[in-house]
Amino acid sequence: MSTSNRKERPTIGQIMDENGVGRRRFLKYCAGITALMAMPPGMTAAFAQQLRAARRPTVIYMPFQECTGCLESLTRSFAPSLESLIFETISLDYNHTLQAAAGHAAEEARHEAMKEAWGEYILICDGSIPTKLDGIYGASAGHSFVDQLHEAAEGAAAIVAVGVCASYGGVGAAYPNPTGAVGVSDIIKNKPIINVPGCPPIPEVMTGTLVSFLASGVPELDKHLRPKAFFGNTIHDRCYRRRFYDTGLFAESFDDEGARNGWCLYKLGCRGPTTYNACATIKWNGGTSWPVESGHGCLGCSEPDFWDQGGFYEPVTSKLFNDTGQIAGAAAAGVAVGAAAALAANRRKKKLSGQVDKETSS
Amino acid sequence: MANNTVVVDPVTRIEGHLRIEAETEQGKITRALSSGTMVRGLEIILRDRDPRDAWVFAQRICGVCTLVHAIASVRSVEDALKIEIPPNAQLIRNLMIGAQYIHDHVMHFYHLHALDWVDVVSALKADPAATSGLAQSISGYAKSSPGYFRDVQKQIKDFVEAGQLGIFAKGYWGHPAYKLPPEANLMAVAHYLEALEWQREVSKLHAIFGGKNPHPNFVVGGAPVGISVHATEGGAGQTSVNTTGLQQVKNIIELMKSFVDQVYVPDTLAIGGFYKDWFKPFHGEGVGNFLCYGDFPADGIWRTENLLIPRGVILDRDLSTLHEVDLHAEDEIQEFVSHAWYDYEGGKDQGLHPYDGETKFAYDGPAPPYKNLDGDSSYSWLKSPRWKGKAMEVGPLARVLTLYAAGHEPTRELAGMALGKLELPLESMFSTGGRLAARTLETKIIADEMSNWFDSLMTNINAGDTRTHNNEMWEPETWPKEARGAGYMEAPRGALGHWIVIKDEKIANYQAVVPSTWNAGPRDAQGQEGPYEASLVGHELLIPEQPIEILRTIHSFDPCLACAVHVADKDGKSSVEIKIG
Repeated sequence: MSTSNRKERPTIGQIMDENGVGRRRFLKYCAGITALMAMPPGMTAAFAQQLRAARRPTVIYMPFQECTGCLESLTRSFAPSLESLIFETISLDYNHTLQAAAGHAAEEARHEAMKEAWGEYILICDGSIPTKLDGIYGASAGHSFVDQLHEAAEGAAAIVAVGVCASYGGVGAAYPNPTGAVGVSDIIKNKPIINVPGCPPIPEVMTGTLVSFLASGVPELDKHLRPKAFFGNTIHDRCYRRRFYDTGLFAESFDDEGARNGWCLYKLGCRGPTTYNACATIKWNGGTSWPVESGHGCLGCSEPDFWDQGGFYEPVTSKLFNDTGQIAGAAAAGVAVGAAAALAANRRKKKLSGQVDKETSS
Repeated sequence: MANNTVVVDPVTRIEGHLRIEAETEQGKITRALSSGTMVRGLEIILRDRDPRDAWVFAQRICGVCTLVHAIASVRSVEDALKIEIPPNAQLIRNLMIGAQYIHDHVMHFYHLHALDWVDVVSALKADPAATSGLAQSISGYAKSSPGYFRDVQKQIKDFVEAGQLGIFAKGYWGHPAYKLPPEANLMAVAHYLEALEWQREVSKLHAIFGGKNPHPNFVVGGAPVGISVHATEGGAGQTSVNTTGLQQVKNIIELMKSFVDQVYVPDTLAIGGFYKDWFKPFHGEGVGNFLCYGDFPADGIWRTENLLIPRGVILDRDLSTLHEVDLHAEDEIQEFVSHAWYDYEGGKDQGLHPYDGETKFAYDGPAPPYKNLDGDSSYSWLKSPRWKGKAMEVGPLARVLTLYAAGHEPTRELAGMALGKLELPLESMFSTGGRLAARTLETKIIADEMSNWFDSLMTNINAGDTRTHNNEMWEPETWPKEARGAGYMEAPRGALGHWIVIKDEKIANYQAVVPSTWNAGPRDAQGQEGPYEASLVGHELLIPEQPIEILRTIHSFDPCLACAVHVADKDGKSSVEIKIG
């Protein structure tokens, strides 16, 4: 299906050379990505070689029921930057937020790009897809989102669903899901799909997933179709406040001694124990901070159905049981163990201090 | 609409899904329809949830103006429960709101709006040395050497010659409406790239106080982050607001200020000078009425007389009188659905205050795929908000005019300086260009205030006051059985209000009336157009197939359509409504 026109496209390595990106900088760039993905250092050279040989692919970015938070997050990526991504690594041929063309011209650009790279382009989807009443709750260019998704997916080599909405339905699908919002993988069944959830996802997780896909195809995914390299550990496992959890030191309210001292936010509703994401290691905005470091518990935004798992300020153990009293989610067992450990730690601490500690007895 | 209708769908370089249909006669727009084509439905989703959780949901209305719905939401709960937040929390919120303005307005100018005025292809013809001369004649910004502009030009040239134009494909390059000389185009393209890099750095302010950006964290009663500069010794951890974090905030404020002063303001004036016909009085300014809720409290949300941006309404472009606004008065802010895909129990033509709002989906538009919408029927997922029955423009132009009318000296000086440089009269503010200039001017006003808020925060901390949260009303047992409140703010795109009704510790009703609903909403029961629709009438389209004139005026509002969310409950009555801005 590839056209001769397509074969003439320069490789990413050629583009980098033309733009004066030195070999050393390119290797550093690759080392950054392989480190983010926790690949062994020895893999960097092979990764770099694969990426240099890759052709700058067409990327079609379709927005559905979205808030543009995911695209905004993408612009905050430090390595690779958005500029490097769209001018050197991919050809972003359709993206409502950034593209110059509007209306008919925009649709024409999309159709030409899809036709030219039919079977080979990467489709990025942003936002949930409303399915009730034949999809009338979302339309663009006079077409329903459902139809647009089917059309764009047909010629795609693979689909990357960015954000928790495109991955699993997200906020639009929260109870009682008024528009019948679903994620891409609920509709498209015959294409490789990579979910990059989060509300929004960490920018470097989006760019890292894309670049690694270019170099070596679909990465290893977990059961929710998330790349294991980024979603393999819980927030709690990697949290810099974990030592306070283990020793039973908790913030009991916002702005108490524990909150100011950076103690564990478990009792203020932190969902770190049940949330698989890389916030605790990659952090946000160039490693500046992340939610727990800035005093608010993890909301759990990379997990399917996180909107409907109880109040955001209830300790995570109280959310483990649904209305019928069943344990919700496979992660529950692990948390229950963790909670027990925490309670034991509390007792241990009280015993050590020899007094009833108001901070930890509630 | 008829065959001479120009349709722009999708309107790109905005947030969300917007469709414009413009009826033309001899190339001139005689009637325009503005339609929001996507709805999500956050209202039923919010119902019966914990009011303290509401901000998390409401924030997801929009990821561009990423904090505004969170702020309006926590303020609505604080208004309902009469929670006064500590001074430090107020200052942290002001810093975060201010940072949002500066980030958002600069990105709007360079990444969403600039390509309507800047021809990227023309930049390839520029002389880098002459570009350097131009840049140095308008600003002391350091990156202005011929070599710098040569590198940028080469980068763009290589990109274009490689044949994959990506985001620049199918732009209206070469359109006769582009007026900048190649050197000005090259300078603007260079700053487009600079601004991308700059915005990543300044987003860090939100990360320090809110943990991340987009979608930083907030909390009812104050700021979630504890201040760690006095953390006790021995086993103490740290939050991001420690000595290092605060120094970083100070540096970011400098970075914001210098970019606004050295790049954004001079570029606006330079580009504006080539487009004076877009400052023609009343061209691209539609309804002539302006509404501001006000923002940046000095001492709490209830003392509205001490807001930096005042509250008020300007009618018929009369700057001599500011009319008072009451968010709780049943007969002031109302919403109509006469031309929206909703129904009201008492009939489609009545207006309802947000506390009494109803929402029932009633889509009667064409089944997709469709060619045209019917302007005589319903044609949008947005409602039509009105103040005392009148359509209102909200946003930067409304704020700058309100500041001006209220006698705010820095605003008067800045407006005088800008209009003086452009050799334009005050009434040229009532235009597409005036709206664009107002956005730049208010960015400078807010950037100049940032260090005052920061200094006050440091003064408090150094005096030993590290309080950031008022915990007294945190537990739901302390709440009255029933309460209701209005949370207001000035979002970058304009006046934003969330109305909440709390019953038995749960949300009984939650409604948001947002800036782009005021500006982009459809006609009301009287047939009065909203600001988008009114502003387009009279525009001449040089090339109807390339309607760049429509994009210029619509983009000058900075549309944010993220959602127009109205959901019916089981009985078909509204529970909550959220329309997005």
